Amino acid sequence: MQTIYILWLRQLKRYFRSKSRIIGSLGQPLLLLTALGFGFGPIYQRAGGGNYIQFLAPGIISMAILFTAVFSGIEIIWDRQFGFLKETLVAPVSRFEIMLGRTLGGATVAIVQGLIVFFISLLIGFKPINLSLLPLTFIFMALIALLFTGLGTAIASILKDMQGFQLIMNFLLMPLFFLSGALFPLQGLPKAFTLVASMDALSYGVDGLRGTLVNGTHFGLSLDFLVLSAITLTMLIVGSYLFSKIEV
Amino acid sequence: MRFSHMMVVENLTKKFNDFIAVNNISFSVRKGEIFAFLGPNGAGKTTTIKMLTTLLRPTQGKILLNGFDPLTQQDQARRSFGIVFQDPSLDDDLTAFENLEFHGVLYRVPKKIRRERIEELLKFVELWERRNDLVKNFSGGMKRRLEIARALIHHPQVLFLDEPTLGLDPQTRNHIWNYIKNLNQKEETTVFFTTHYMDEAERVSDKIAIIDNGKIVIEGTSQELKTKTNTASLEDAFLILTGHTIREEEVGSLGRMRAQRKLRRH
Repeated sequence: MQTIYILWLRQLKRYFRSKSRIIGSLGQPLLLLTALGFGFGPIYQRAGGGNYIQFLAPGIISMAILFTAVFSGIEIIWDRQFGFLKETLVAPVSRFEIMLGRTLGGATVAIVQGLIVFFISLLIGFKPINLSLLPLTFIFMALIALLFTGLGTAIASILKDMQGFQLIMNFLLMPLFFLSGALFPLQGLPKAFTLVASMDALSYGVDGLRGTLVNGTHFGLSLDFLVLSAITLTMLIVGSYLFSKIEV
Repeated sequence: MRFSHMMVVENLTKKFNDFIAVNNISFSVRKGEIFAFLGPNGAGKTTTIKMLTTLLRPTQGKILLNGFDPLTQQDQARRSFGIVFQDPSLDDDLTAFENLEFHGVLYRVPKKIRRERIEELLKFVELWERRNDLVKNFSGGMKRRLEIARALIHHPQVLFLDEPTLGLDPQTRNHIWNYIKNLNQKEETTVFFTTHYMDEAERVSDKIAIIDNGKIVIEGTSQELKTKTNTASLEDAFLILTGHTIREEEVGSLGRMRAQRKLRRH
């Protein structure tokens, strides 16, 4: 337990010490929230969708968690390159514990980042409807965070260096985000698009957050929860398997 | 006979695809011995250390470390040794104290003992005053000293040092070796180290093995090596045994990254 705790603590310390990273990673969600939120607001309203910021905020919170989580997982590449990974791998601690401690740490960081965006969105005018459902919102945030930290770990276990970083960014993270229904409703879209969106794990996270914060879910909260939990579990298993195969 | 041995290696081999990095080597290190493992770049020194320290699985052969098999009794083997790697392996974003604390917790050293040892070791390597500074602000020599302190927190039976004095000034080198010698005499800690400084190997080691192209070419005391090769210094003996050709070590993306990082810092 103590070993997992110290690995978790390390991730948090690293996060809170790099102020530039915290602020830097808030830039994008903030920009999207204000630019899209206010820019598309009137059109969205006229089309009968209601308040766009209400719709958009859960999507942007999901995005903040997605990116922070994947990058926390990917940090293993840096640890490998700067030698620290070896120090943990020769310690009398199982790979599973190492992976678990790191993942919990990375996920915690991602949740914190998500909460910061949540509070910022309140300042911009976002009003959650169901305050009693906030604990559920938190659970969905945690699931998204765990899932994508696991994904980051899996990716980092395969990649040897940061050369493939652009590839991951453009062919994995961006599609995950844009196809998830974070920016627009999934109702009434072309069939092919709906199909793709329903295969995007983040869709269920976004939908879960939207459902708990402002009502209006697409898949239904129980389906969101089931799918998200199943994928999270799978991802953590895949992540720890790949991590156990790392040789330095 | 095995009883007094800290390390027994038999027919150890490591292949990477078709390349044989370590080719059927056997040697043993007695308890309390300072053992120098020498060889040109790319000879297989680091690969051997990685296998001894559970980081790589041997293709073939047997290892016993403090009586444990690193393959099947991983945790016992891991608790038996401390290691200073060839490349830096500290977390730059943590303080000196936090780096040691992290290590102590991973090795399950109880809190009270852990704190005592951290203080003692940091004082010894003269970094106690800097304990709350982030490691990224440390010089190369300070980082090295910190790594040595870290490797000793769990009181290992064997200390692996992979080129521990690389890039350090004579003062720091002396200081570090005095401490290791002292530790070796007082605690009977076995020391297994690699170095490119022949004078260093000659001065501190009880026994020397020279590896080249994955094979051990000679083993013995520094005096024995000189007598066998009929030379006056270990450096001459080394050159006679391994030739004068300059070896090339493959530099992967890792090396490049580190080089870039260094450039950015200065």
